Amino acid sequence: MSMLVLEDVHTHYGKIEALHGVSVEVNRGEIVSLIGANGAGKTTLLMTVCGTPQASSGRIILEGRDITREPTARIMRSGLAIVPEGRRIFSGLTVEENLHMGGFFNTKSEIRKSLDHVYELFPRLQEREHQRAGTMSGGEQQMLAIGRALMSRPSMIILDEPSLGLAPLVIKQIFEIISHLRDEGITVFLVEQNAHQALNLADRGYVLETGKIRLHDTGKNLLANPDVQNAYLGG
Amino acid sequence: MAAKNYRHALFCAIVTLIISFPILGFNLEAKGISVTLTGAETSTVIAVVLAAVAVFVFQAYRDSFTGLLGKLPRLNPLAGREPMEQAKKAKLESWILTGIVVLALFWPFVVSRGSVDLATLVLIYIMLALGLNVVVGLAGLLDLGYVAFYAVGAYTFALLSQYTGISFWMALPIGALLAALFGLMLGFPVLRLRGDYLAIVTLGFGEIIRILLNNWTTLTGGPNGIGGIPEPTLFGMEFGRRVKEEGNTSFHETFGIAYSGEHKVIFLYLIALVLAVITALIIRRFMRMPVGRAWEALREDEIAARSLGLSRTAVKLSAFTIGAFFAGFAGTVFASKQGFISPESFVFLESAIILAIVVLGGMGSQLGVILAAIAVTILPELAREFSEYRMLIFGAAMVLMMIWRPQGLLPMRRIHIKLNRQE
Repeated sequence: MSMLVLEDVHTHYGKIEALHGVSVEVNRGEIVSLIGANGAGKTTLLMTVCGTPQASSGRIILEGRDITREPTARIMRSGLAIVPEGRRIFSGLTVEENLHMGGFFNTKSEIRKSLDHVYELFPRLQEREHQRAGTMSGGEQQMLAIGRALMSRPSMIILDEPSLGLAPLVIKQIFEIISHLRDEGITVFLVEQNAHQALNLADRGYVLETGKIRLHDTGKNLLANPDVQNAYLGG
Repeated sequence: MAAKNYRHALFCAIVTLIISFPILGFNLEAKGISVTLTGAETSTVIAVVLAAVAVFVFQAYRDSFTGLLGKLPRLNPLAGREPMEQAKKAKLESWILTGIVVLALFWPFVVSRGSVDLATLVLIYIMLALGLNVVVGLAGLLDLGYVAFYAVGAYTFALLSQYTGISFWMALPIGALLAALFGLMLGFPVLRLRGDYLAIVTLGFGEIIRILLNNWTTLTGGPNGIGGIPEPTLFGMEFGRRVKEEGNTSFHETFGIAYSGEHKVIFLYLIALVLAVITALIIRRFMRMPVGRAWEALREDEIAARSLGLSRTAVKLSAFTIGAFFAGFAGTVFASKQGFISPESFVFLESAIILAIVVLGGMGSQLGVILAAIAVTILPELAREFSEYRMLIFGAAMVLMMIWRPQGLLPMRRIHIKLNRQE
């Protein structure tokens, strides 16, 4: 069953059209990667799913519900969580408070449970529980951003460039966590410039070019595709 | 390097001379119908020259001076000590606040009438600053037109009392609610704005309200203002010498004591005190509630806050509305205290002073804001001896303050959330 469906979505910034009819489907329990060059519209696509900006035409369906015209706040409370580009943790708050904000709409006992779960996934965060989030390393901040998104117990998580600016070893850890999330039954929609790792991990992948889906195949096939190799994997 | 320093210092000294000599060195004197220009006394001229020399010396040896400044002991006597534990600190703050309130309760009975009057004004500023603290300190929305809500509260009471003869106690909630409504109304157009743009729009809003009050002569009396605003009563007892409204009794007759003008002043002070305490407690409560955390999240990072499902609209509007509500509160008390209001009382400078209090006190910190309100209101009064230089001294104090403690008197210590996890 599909978790998220985009049907012929067009998005405009003012008069400029950024997405020219994009159709993407993410099935339940999958990892789907979206790769593309700078300015291809990857982040725009994610933002459109979140409702800021709203799609100018087309349909977006989340778990069978049409969310195309719903406000961002509603969408983000319906089982969808996003790890925004550049992490965007609350740097003045402690690690625990950041996580607490992630479960803003949950009850205390739910928060307690998800907190234990997040600390299990990222033992490092528990060590830093009372540290101000802004003083942590980039990798730890990324872990916190993912942990915060998990606090609302989402059925689907969207990650926007989780490997951005991180050391290779840390990137490896982050990707391990992402594959672990799939094992827990969380659907993952991953947007990456780091195409090799993203496709390696993904069940299926989409290639976005200047606001249009160019290719769509399984992760393995895309990795083997000579066009993809030339354009995104450095030959 | 040294030569460059001297050249710069000489330039500064000359600028000092150019600026101060024409202002201080000449006097205009009216003789009959003509005005003559006379030179000032020799002592003034010497003072100007000395000032120029002082500027030269300071600029020439600026580096060594700043070096010395750095070696000075820190302003904060507690800096060297181990930081106190979170819980202990919070407890200490509550004790200090309680101490201030208890002290403030007995204050009016031992000091002069003028001091009580001034203290009432301080309390009004505390209410205003606590309210603005929600908008600027917690939610991070720079509001330069806050005085508009203060004006709405004051004018609501003044107009209602003039046209319908409403009492203070009835006007208090109405004024506050109307101000809150205006806060809500302002909130809508500025939802998408941030930073400088928000500041400009709120500044404009503050001016619109003031100009409206100034020009709507038929309703508000324009620049002439509104007078005869009634004082608060205590369960139907008036504080004047004679009872103004039928059915009321007078305070001194009921209790069989001699009439004294001080009763009224002290009563007003006590009302302001109670309302200020209520304001502080309510806002404290808000800070610990989810909405308080939502304000902070929005201040820290709007995109992240929205990605977690927080509604930007609800969070911003709640901050604006709650902030405006307490400004309306303060406005009603102000109108009652003055007995007369005019648009003159609600100029931009008022907004700036309230903002200065919030910044000086340390954004978001309640105790800091209260101390800063006391300092900012009383300092210009204490410096009255220096007559026209008092605002200069006030300004200098602010500049020094921002250099030494840019984070404010008592920067906000966040109330940390702790969860008791079952082990």
